[in-house]
Amino acid sequence: MFFYAPLDVTQGFVQKIFYIHVPLAIVSLCGFMFGGAMAIGYLRTGDRKWDMRSYVAIHMALIFGIGGLITGSIWAKASWGHWWVWNEPTLVSFLIVLLLFCTYQPMRFSIEDPERQSRYASVFAIVAGAFVPLNYVAVQMATAYVHPRVLTLGGANLPPSMGFVFVVSLLAFVLLYVTLWKYEMASKNARSQVRRLRRTLLGDDLVRPVGRSAAPR
Amino acid sequence: MRTAMVLLGKDLRLEMRTLETVPAMVLLALVTFVIFHFGLDRDAIDGQLAAGVLTVSLLFSAMLGINRLFVSEREQGGFDAFLLAPVDRSAMLVAKSAAMFAFLVVLEVIALPAFALLLLGPPLGPALPGMILILLLVNLGLSVIGTLVSAIAVHTRARDLIGPIIGLPLLIPALIATARAAGPLLSVHGASSPSGRWLLILALYDLVFALLAYAVFDFLLED
Repeated sequence: MFFYAPLDVTQGFVQKIFYIHVPLAIVSLCGFMFGGAMAIGYLRTGDRKWDMRSYVAIHMALIFGIGGLITGSIWAKASWGHWWVWNEPTLVSFLIVLLLFCTYQPMRFSIEDPERQSRYASVFAIVAGAFVPLNYVAVQMATAYVHPRVLTLGGANLPPSMGFVFVVSLLAFVLLYVTLWKYEMASKNARSQVRRLRRTLLGDDLVRPVGRSAAPR
Repeated sequence: MRTAMVLLGKDLRLEMRTLETVPAMVLLALVTFVIFHFGLDRDAIDGQLAAGVLTVSLLFSAMLGINRLFVSEREQGGFDAFLLAPVDRSAMLVAKSAAMFAFLVVLEVIALPAFALLLLGPPLGPALPGMILILLLVNLGLSVIGTLVSAIAVHTRARDLIGPIIGLPLLIPALIATARAAGPLLSVHGASSPSGRWLLILALYDLVFALLAYAVFDFLLED
Protein backbone atom coordinates (compact mmCIF):
# COMPACT_ATOMS: atom_id res chain seq x y z
CA MET A 1 0.00 0.00 0.00
CA PHE A 2 2.75 2.46 0.81
CA PHE A 3 5.34 1.31 -1.68
CA TYR A 4 3.48 -0.25 -4.54
CA ALA A 5 0.75 2.31 -5.24
CA PRO A 6 1.89 5.50 -6.98
CA LEU A 7 1.67 8.82 -5.14
CA ASP A 8 -1.36 10.90 -6.02
CA VAL A 9 -0.44 13.91 -8.17
CA THR A 10 -2.52 16.51 -6.35
CA GLN A 11 -2.80 15.09 -2.85
CA GLY A 12 0.51 13.35 -2.37
CA PHE A 13 1.03 11.08 0.61
CA VAL A 14 -2.26 12.03 2.30
CA GLN A 15 -4.15 10.15 -0.34
CA LYS A 16 -2.87 6.87 1.17
CA ILE A 17 -5.55 7.13 3.88
CA PHE A 18 -8.02 6.36 1.11
CA TYR A 19 -6.94 2.71 1.29
CA ILE A 20 -7.99 2.59 4.94
CA HIS A 21 -10.96 4.96 5.03
CA VAL A 22 -12.99 3.70 2.07
CA PRO A 23 -12.72 -0.03 2.91
CA LEU A 24 -13.61 0.72 6.55
CA ALA A 25 -16.73 2.59 5.51
CA ILE A 26 -17.79 0.03 2.90
CA VAL A 27 -17.23 -2.90 5.28
CA SER A 28 -19.13 -1.14 8.03
CA LEU A 29 -22.18 -0.45 5.83
CA CYS A 30 -22.13 -4.04 4.59
CA GLY A 31 -21.77 -5.17 8.21
CA PHE A 32 -24.96 -3.31 9.15
CA MET A 33 -26.83 -4.98 6.33
CA PHE A 34 -25.30 -8.34 7.28
CA GLY A 35 -26.62 -7.79 10.81
CA GLY A 36 -30.07 -7.18 9.35
CA ALA A 37 -29.86 -10.40 7.35
CA MET A 38 -28.89 -12.35 10.50
CA ALA A 39 -31.85 -10.76 12.28
CA ILE A 40 -34.20 -12.18 9.63
CA GLY A 41 -32.75 -15.57 10.59
CA TYR A 42 -33.69 -14.95 14.21
CA LEU A 43 -37.25 -13.95 13.45
CA ARG A 44 -37.71 -17.01 11.22
CA THR A 45 -36.22 -19.61 13.54
CA GLY A 46 -36.40 -18.05 17.00
CA ASP A 47 -32.93 -19.46 17.70
CA ARG A 48 -30.82 -17.27 19.99
CA LYS A 49 -27.61 -17.86 18.10
CA TRP A 50 -28.92 -15.82 15.16
CA ASP A 51 -29.56 -12.92 17.47
CA MET A 52 -26.03 -13.25 18.80
CA ARG A 53 -24.70 -13.19 15.24
CA SER A 54 -26.73 -10.11 14.42
CA TYR A 55 -25.63 -8.37 17.62
CA VAL A 56 -21.95 -9.09 17.06
CA ALA A 57 -22.20 -8.06 13.39
CA ILE A 58 -23.74 -4.70 14.27
CA HIS A 59 -21.35 -4.16 17.16
CA MET A 60 -18.33 -4.77 14.93
CA ALA A 61 -19.74 -2.68 12.10
CA LEU A 62 -20.29 0.18 14.54
CA ILE A 63 -16.62 0.08 15.57
CA PHE A 64 -15.53 -0.05 11.93
CA GLY A 65 -17.92 2.79 11.14
CA ILE A 66 -16.49 5.06 13.84
CA GLY A 67 -13.02 4.25 12.52
CA GLY A 68 -14.19 5.13 9.02
CA LEU A 69 -15.66 8.42 10.21
CA ILE A 70 -12.46 9.44 11.99
CA THR A 71 -10.16 8.53 9.09
CA GLY A 72 -12.56 10.25 6.70
CA SER A 73 -12.48 13.37 8.80
CA ILE A 74 -8.68 13.40 8.78
CA TRP A 75 -8.67 12.96 5.03
CA ALA A 76 -11.22 15.74 4.57
CA LYS A 77 -9.11 18.10 6.70
CA ALA A 78 -6.04 17.28 4.68
CA SER A 79 -7.50 17.48 1.20
CA TRP A 80 -10.44 19.92 1.50
CA GLY A 81 -9.27 21.92 4.50
CA HIS A 82 -12.29 21.23 6.72
CA TRP A 83 -12.95 18.53 9.29
CA TRP A 84 -16.52 18.25 8.19
CA VAL A 85 -18.13 19.05 4.84
CA TRP A 86 -21.92 19.24 4.64
CA ASN A 87 -22.30 19.21 0.87
CA GLU A 88 -20.93 15.73 0.69
CA PRO A 89 -23.62 13.05 0.36
CA THR A 90 -21.52 10.03 1.24
CA LEU A 91 -20.30 11.62 4.46
CA VAL A 92 -23.72 12.87 5.56
CA SER A 93 -25.57 9.67 4.78
CA PHE A 94 -22.89 7.72 6.62
CA LEU A 95 -23.32 9.94 9.67
CA ILE A 96 -27.10 9.40 9.64
CA VAL A 97 -26.69 5.63 9.44
CA LEU A 98 -24.17 5.72 12.27
CA LEU A 99 -26.49 7.85 14.42
CA LEU A 100 -29.27 5.35 13.82
CA PHE A 101 -27.16 2.35 14.75
CA CYS A 102 -25.82 4.10 17.85
CA THR A 103 -29.34 3.68 19.24
CA TYR A 104 -29.17 -0.09 18.87
CA GLN A 105 -27.36 -0.67 22.15
CA PRO A 106 -29.35 1.77 24.32
CA MET A 107 -32.47 0.08 22.97
CA ARG A 108 -31.20 -3.35 23.97
CA PHE A 109 -30.24 -2.04 27.41
CA SER A 110 -33.66 -0.75 28.14
CA ILE A 111 -35.50 -4.03 27.50
CA GLU A 112 -35.14 -6.45 30.37
CA ASP A 113 -36.86 -9.59 29.19
CA PRO A 114 -34.14 -11.39 27.13
CA GLU A 115 -36.55 -12.99 24.68
CA ARG A 116 -38.32 -9.73 23.96
CA GLN A 117 -34.96 -7.97 23.75
CA SER A 118 -33.83 -10.32 20.99
CA ARG A 119 -37.08 -9.97 19.10
CA TYR A 120 -37.17 -6.18 19.23
CA ALA A 121 -33.50 -5.88 18.41
CA SER A 122 -34.04 -8.10 15.36
CA VAL A 123 -36.94 -5.97 14.16
CA PHE A 124 -34.78 -2.91 14.60
CA ALA A 125 -31.85 -4.51 12.79
CA ILE A 126 -34.01 -5.44 9.79
CA VAL A 127 -35.62 -2.02 9.47
CA ALA A 128 -32.30 -0.23 9.93
CA GLY A 129 -30.53 -2.58 7.54
CA ALA A 130 -33.05 -1.77 4.83
CA PHE A 131 -32.70 1.89 5.72
CA VAL A 132 -28.99 1.92 4.77
CA PRO A 133 -29.35 1.89 0.95
CA LEU A 134 -32.53 3.99 0.96
CA ASN A 135 -30.95 6.70 3.04
CA TYR A 136 -27.94 6.70 0.77
CA VAL A 137 -30.09 7.38 -2.29
CA ALA A 138 -32.06 10.15 -0.58
CA VAL A 139 -29.04 12.01 0.73
CA GLN A 140 -27.17 11.63 -2.50
CA MET A 141 -29.99 13.30 -4.38
CA ALA A 142 -30.08 16.15 -1.90
CA THR A 143 -26.51 17.31 -2.34
CA ALA A 144 -23.94 17.95 -5.01
CA TYR A 145 -20.95 15.74 -5.56
CA VAL A 146 -17.64 16.58 -3.94
CA HIS A 147 -16.23 13.16 -3.24
CA PRO A 148 -14.10 11.84 -6.03
CA ARG A 149 -16.40 9.38 -7.77
CA VAL A 150 -14.11 6.42 -7.49
CA LEU A 151 -16.53 3.56 -7.64
CA THR A 152 -19.35 4.27 -10.03
CA LEU A 153 -21.71 1.71 -11.47
CA GLY A 154 -19.83 1.96 -14.75
CA GLY A 155 -16.67 0.67 -13.08
CA ALA A 156 -13.80 2.05 -11.08
CA ASN A 157 -12.02 5.07 -12.48
CA LEU A 158 -8.66 4.59 -10.85
CA PRO A 159 -5.33 3.88 -12.45
CA PRO A 160 -4.80 0.10 -12.51
CA SER A 161 -2.06 -0.02 -9.89
CA MET A 162 -4.09 2.08 -7.45
CA GLY A 163 -7.16 0.01 -8.21
CA PHE A 164 -5.25 -3.16 -7.43
CA VAL A 165 -4.07 -1.82 -4.07
CA PHE A 166 -7.59 -0.65 -3.28
CA VAL A 167 -9.07 -4.07 -3.98
CA VAL A 168 -6.39 -5.71 -1.86
CA SER A 169 -7.03 -3.41 1.09
CA LEU A 170 -10.80 -3.80 0.72
CA LEU A 171 -10.31 -7.56 0.82
CA ALA A 172 -8.04 -7.20 3.83
CA PHE A 173 -10.66 -5.22 5.73
CA VAL A 174 -13.41 -7.67 4.81
CA LEU A 175 -11.26 -10.49 6.14
CA LEU A 176 -10.46 -8.47 9.26
CA TYR A 177 -14.17 -7.91 9.84
CA VAL A 178 -14.99 -11.58 9.34
CA THR A 179 -12.15 -12.66 11.63
CA LEU A 180 -13.11 -10.26 14.38
CA TRP A 181 -16.72 -11.31 14.03
CA LYS A 182 -15.86 -15.00 14.39
CA TYR A 183 -13.52 -14.26 17.27
CA GLU A 184 -16.15 -12.27 19.13
CA MET A 185 -18.75 -14.97 18.48
CA ALA A 186 -16.42 -17.62 19.89
CA SER A 187 -15.69 -15.48 22.93
CA LYS A 188 -19.36 -14.81 23.64
CA ASN A 189 -20.29 -18.45 23.22
CA ALA A 190 -17.43 -19.59 25.43
CA ARG A 191 -18.42 -17.13 28.11
CA SER A 192 -22.00 -18.28 28.19
CA GLN A 193 -20.91 -21.93 28.31
CA VAL A 194 -18.55 -21.23 31.20
CA ARG A 195 -21.37 -19.49 33.05
CA ARG A 196 -23.66 -22.42 32.49
CA LEU A 197 -21.03 -24.86 33.76
CA ARG A 198 -20.28 -22.76 36.82
CA ARG A 199 -23.95 -22.54 37.56
CA THR A 200 -24.42 -26.30 37.46
CA LEU A 201 -21.28 -26.91 39.52
CA LEU A 202 -21.58 -24.16 42.11
CA GLY A 203 -25.31 -23.54 42.20
CA ASP A 204 -27.21 -20.41 41.20
CA ASP A 205 -26.33 -18.32 44.24
CA LEU A 206 -22.57 -18.39 43.89
CA VAL A 207 -22.43 -17.24 40.28
CA ARG A 208 -22.37 -13.48 40.05
CA PRO A 209 -24.93 -11.93 37.69
CA VAL A 210 -23.62 -10.51 34.43
CA GLY A 211 -22.60 -6.87 34.57
CA ARG A 212 -23.95 -4.23 32.27
CA SER A 213 -24.01 -5.67 28.80
CA ALA A 214 -26.41 -5.29 25.93
CA ALA A 215 -25.38 -8.62 24.47
CA PRO A 216 -27.92 -11.41 24.18
CA ARG A 217 -27.82 -13.62 27.25
CA MET B 1 -59.82 -4.83 7.63
CA ARG B 2 -62.90 -4.68 9.82
CA THR B 3 -60.74 -5.12 12.90
CA ALA B 4 -58.58 -2.23 11.83
CA MET B 5 -61.66 -0.04 11.35
CA VAL B 6 -62.95 -0.95 14.81
CA LEU B 7 -59.58 -0.19 16.39
CA LEU B 8 -59.31 3.07 14.49
CA GLY B 9 -62.80 4.04 15.59
CA LYS B 10 -61.82 3.31 19.18
CA ASP B 11 -58.68 5.42 18.95
CA LEU B 12 -60.46 8.37 17.37
CA ARG B 13 -63.33 8.20 19.87
CA LEU B 14 -60.83 8.07 22.71
CA GLU B 15 -59.07 11.14 21.37
CA MET B 16 -62.37 12.99 20.84
CA ARG B 17 -63.38 12.37 24.44
CA THR B 18 -60.10 12.92 26.25
CA LEU B 19 -58.57 15.54 23.88
CA GLU B 20 -55.20 14.48 25.12
CA THR B 21 -52.81 14.30 22.17
CA VAL B 22 -53.92 16.53 19.30
CA PRO B 23 -54.35 19.78 21.25
CA ALA B 24 -50.89 19.26 22.75
CA MET B 25 -49.44 18.69 19.28
CA VAL B 26 -51.06 21.85 17.92
CA LEU B 27 -49.92 23.91 20.88
CA LEU B 28 -46.36 22.64 20.54
CA ALA B 29 -46.33 23.60 16.85
CA LEU B 30 -47.57 27.12 17.64
CA VAL B 31 -45.03 27.56 20.42
CA THR B 32 -42.29 26.36 18.08
CA PHE B 33 -43.29 29.02 15.53
CA VAL B 34 -43.02 31.68 18.23
CA ILE B 35 -39.63 30.34 19.31
CA PHE B 36 -38.41 30.37 15.72
CA HIS B 37 -39.57 33.96 15.37
CA PHE B 38 -37.33 34.99 18.26
CA GLY B 39 -34.57 32.54 17.49
CA LEU B 40 -34.21 33.74 13.92
CA ASP B 41 -35.20 37.32 14.79
CA ARG B 42 -37.28 37.55 11.62
CA ASP B 43 -40.86 38.72 11.15
CA ALA B 44 -41.37 36.93 7.86
CA ILE B 45 -39.47 34.10 6.26
CA ASP B 46 -39.67 32.50 2.84
CA GLY B 47 -38.11 29.86 0.63
CA GLN B 48 -35.97 27.09 2.01
CA LEU B 49 -35.82 28.66 5.47
CA ALA B 50 -39.61 28.67 5.73
CA ALA B 51 -39.74 25.06 4.53
CA GLY B 52 -37.17 24.03 7.13
CA VAL B 53 -38.97 25.81 9.97
CA LEU B 54 -42.29 24.25 9.00
CA THR B 55 -40.80 20.77 8.65
CA VAL B 56 -39.01 20.88 11.99
CA SER B 57 -42.08 22.22 13.81
CA LEU B 58 -44.30 19.53 12.34
CA LEU B 59 -41.70 16.90 13.21
CA PHE B 60 -41.58 17.98 16.86
CA SER B 61 -45.34 17.84 17.13
CA ALA B 62 -45.41 14.48 15.39
CA MET B 63 -42.85 13.09 17.84
CA LEU B 64 -45.11 14.16 20.69
CA GLY B 65 -48.01 12.25 19.15
CA ILE B 66 -45.83 9.24 18.36
CA ASN B 67 -44.73 8.99 21.98
CA ARG B 68 -48.32 8.91 23.18
CA LEU B 69 -49.58 6.49 20.54
CA PHE B 70 -49.37 3.24 22.50
CA VAL B 71 -49.39 4.58 26.04
CA SER B 72 -53.07 3.98 26.66
CA GLU B 73 -52.84 0.44 25.25
CA ARG B 74 -50.07 -0.34 27.66
CA GLU B 75 -51.61 1.27 30.72
CA GLN B 76 -55.11 -0.07 30.21
CA GLY B 77 -54.09 -3.54 29.06
CA GLY B 78 -55.17 -2.99 25.46
CA PHE B 79 -52.27 -5.11 24.21
CA ASP B 80 -53.34 -8.17 26.19
CA ALA B 81 -56.92 -7.82 25.06
CA PHE B 82 -55.82 -7.46 21.46
CA LEU B 83 -53.56 -10.50 21.67
CA LEU B 84 -56.37 -12.59 23.17
CA ALA B 85 -58.70 -11.74 20.31
CA PRO B 86 -58.50 -14.07 17.29
CA VAL B 87 -57.70 -11.32 14.78
CA ASP B 88 -54.88 -10.45 12.42
CA ARG B 89 -52.06 -8.73 14.27
CA SER B 90 -51.34 -6.35 11.39
CA ALA B 91 -54.72 -4.72 12.02
CA MET B 92 -53.06 -2.92 14.94
CA LEU B 93 -50.44 -1.43 12.62
CA VAL B 94 -53.05 -0.29 10.11
CA ALA B 95 -55.31 1.19 12.80
CA LYS B 96 -52.58 2.98 14.72
CA SER B 97 -51.03 4.37 11.54
CA ALA B 98 -54.41 5.59 10.35
CA ALA B 99 -55.06 7.22 13.72
CA MET B 100 -51.65 8.91 13.65
CA PHE B 101 -52.35 10.03 10.08
CA ALA B 102 -55.63 11.58 11.18
CA PHE B 103 -53.93 13.35 14.10
CA LEU B 104 -51.32 14.77 11.75
CA VAL B 105 -53.94 15.99 9.29
CA VAL B 106 -55.79 17.81 12.07
CA LEU B 107 -52.49 19.26 13.26
CA GLU B 108 -51.63 20.54 9.79
CA VAL B 109 -55.08 21.93 9.11
CA ILE B 110 -54.49 24.25 12.07
CA ALA B 111 -50.72 24.67 11.95
CA LEU B 112 -50.31 25.47 8.26
CA PRO B 113 -52.65 28.52 8.25
CA ALA B 114 -51.11 29.59 11.55
CA PHE B 115 -47.68 29.34 9.98
CA ALA B 116 -48.82 31.43 7.02
CA LEU B 117 -50.28 34.00 9.40
CA LEU B 118 -47.37 34.21 11.82
CA LEU B 119 -44.20 33.65 9.87
CA LEU B 120 -44.60 33.06 6.16
CA GLY B 121 -43.75 36.05 3.92
CA PRO B 122 -45.27 35.15 0.53
CA PRO B 123 -48.98 34.23 0.41
CA LEU B 124 -49.82 30.58 0.97
CA GLY B 125 -52.60 30.42 -1.65
CA PRO B 126 -50.68 29.50 -4.81
CA ALA B 127 -48.52 26.96 -3.00
CA LEU B 128 -51.43 25.27 -1.25
CA PRO B 129 -52.17 22.34 -3.63
CA GLY B 130 -48.50 21.39 -3.78
CA MET B 131 -48.12 21.69 -0.03
CA ILE B 132 -51.14 19.47 0.56
CA LEU B 133 -49.65 16.79 -1.68
CA ILE B 134 -46.26 16.94 0.05
CA LEU B 135 -47.78 16.91 3.52
CA LEU B 136 -50.02 13.95 2.72
CA LEU B 137 -47.01 11.96 1.55
CA VAL B 138 -44.86 12.86 4.53
CA ASN B 139 -47.76 12.15 6.90
CA LEU B 140 -47.87 8.63 5.56
CA GLY B 141 -44.18 8.13 6.29
CA LEU B 142 -44.42 9.77 9.71
CA SER B 143 -47.37 7.66 10.75
CA VAL B 144 -45.95 4.32 9.57
CA ILE B 145 -42.46 4.88 11.02
CA GLY B 146 -44.01 6.44 14.10
CA THR B 147 -46.22 3.43 14.76
CA LEU B 148 -43.31 1.03 14.31
CA VAL B 149 -40.94 3.00 16.54
CA SER B 150 -43.62 3.62 19.13
CA ALA B 151 -44.41 -0.09 19.28
CA ILE B 152 -40.73 -0.83 19.89
CA ALA B 153 -40.32 1.95 22.42
CA VAL B 154 -43.43 1.33 24.49
CA HIS B 155 -42.09 -1.91 25.95
CA THR B 156 -38.68 -0.51 26.85
CA ARG B 157 -37.73 0.95 30.20
CA ALA B 158 -36.77 4.40 28.87
CA ARG B 159 -39.60 4.65 26.38
CA ASP B 160 -39.76 8.43 26.09
CA LEU B 161 -36.10 8.42 25.14
CA ILE B 162 -35.95 5.40 22.87
CA GLY B 163 -38.81 6.55 20.61
CA PRO B 164 -37.26 9.81 19.44
CA ILE B 165 -33.67 8.59 19.21
CA ILE B 166 -34.65 5.71 16.94
CA GLY B 167 -37.35 7.62 15.10
CA LEU B 168 -35.46 10.79 14.18
CA PRO B 169 -32.60 9.18 12.20
CA LEU B 170 -35.09 6.89 10.45
CA LEU B 171 -37.15 9.90 9.40
CA ILE B 172 -34.27 12.01 8.09
CA PRO B 173 -34.63 11.01 4.40
CA ALA B 174 -38.34 11.83 4.47
CA LEU B 175 -37.64 15.17 6.11
CA ILE B 176 -34.94 16.05 3.59
CA ALA B 177 -37.37 15.34 0.79
CA THR B 178 -40.16 17.33 2.44
CA ALA B 179 -38.05 20.37 3.13
CA ARG B 180 -36.51 20.34 -0.34
CA ALA B 181 -39.83 19.87 -2.08
CA ALA B 182 -41.54 22.59 -0.06
CA GLY B 183 -38.71 25.13 -0.35
CA PRO B 184 -39.38 26.35 -3.91
CA LEU B 185 -43.14 26.45 -3.24
CA LEU B 186 -42.75 28.84 -0.31
CA SER B 187 -40.34 31.28 -1.96
CA VAL B 188 -41.45 34.73 -3.11
CA HIS B 189 -41.79 34.03 -6.81
CA GLY B 190 -42.07 30.35 -6.21
CA ALA B 191 -42.85 27.39 -8.37
CA SER B 192 -46.49 26.39 -8.33
CA SER B 193 -45.88 22.62 -8.27
CA PRO B 194 -43.28 20.64 -6.32
CA SER B 195 -40.54 18.88 -8.22
CA GLY B 196 -41.43 15.31 -9.11
CA ARG B 197 -38.09 13.96 -7.97
CA TRP B 198 -38.71 14.71 -4.29
CA LEU B 199 -42.27 13.49 -4.45
CA LEU B 200 -40.94 10.27 -5.94
CA ILE B 201 -38.41 9.89 -3.12
CA LEU B 202 -41.13 10.49 -0.53
CA ALA B 203 -43.47 8.01 -2.20
CA LEU B 204 -40.72 5.40 -2.48
CA TYR B 205 -39.78 5.91 1.15
CA ASP B 206 -43.41 5.52 2.25
CA LEU B 207 -43.84 2.40 0.16
CA VAL B 208 -40.66 0.66 1.35
CA PHE B 209 -41.28 1.36 5.00
CA ALA B 210 -44.96 0.50 4.82
CA LEU B 211 -44.07 -2.91 3.39
CA LEU B 212 -41.26 -3.40 5.91
CA ALA B 213 -43.45 -2.39 8.83
CA TYR B 214 -46.17 -4.75 7.61
CA ALA B 215 -43.62 -7.56 7.45
CA VAL B 216 -42.08 -7.11 10.91
CA PHE B 217 -44.90 -5.65 13.00
CA ASP B 218 -46.31 -9.02 14.04
CA PHE B 219 -43.13 -9.79 15.96
CA LEU B 220 -43.54 -6.71 18.12
CA LEU B 221 -46.86 -7.90 19.51
CA GLU B 222 -46.09 -11.55 20.26
CA ASP B 223 -45.94 -12.48 23.87
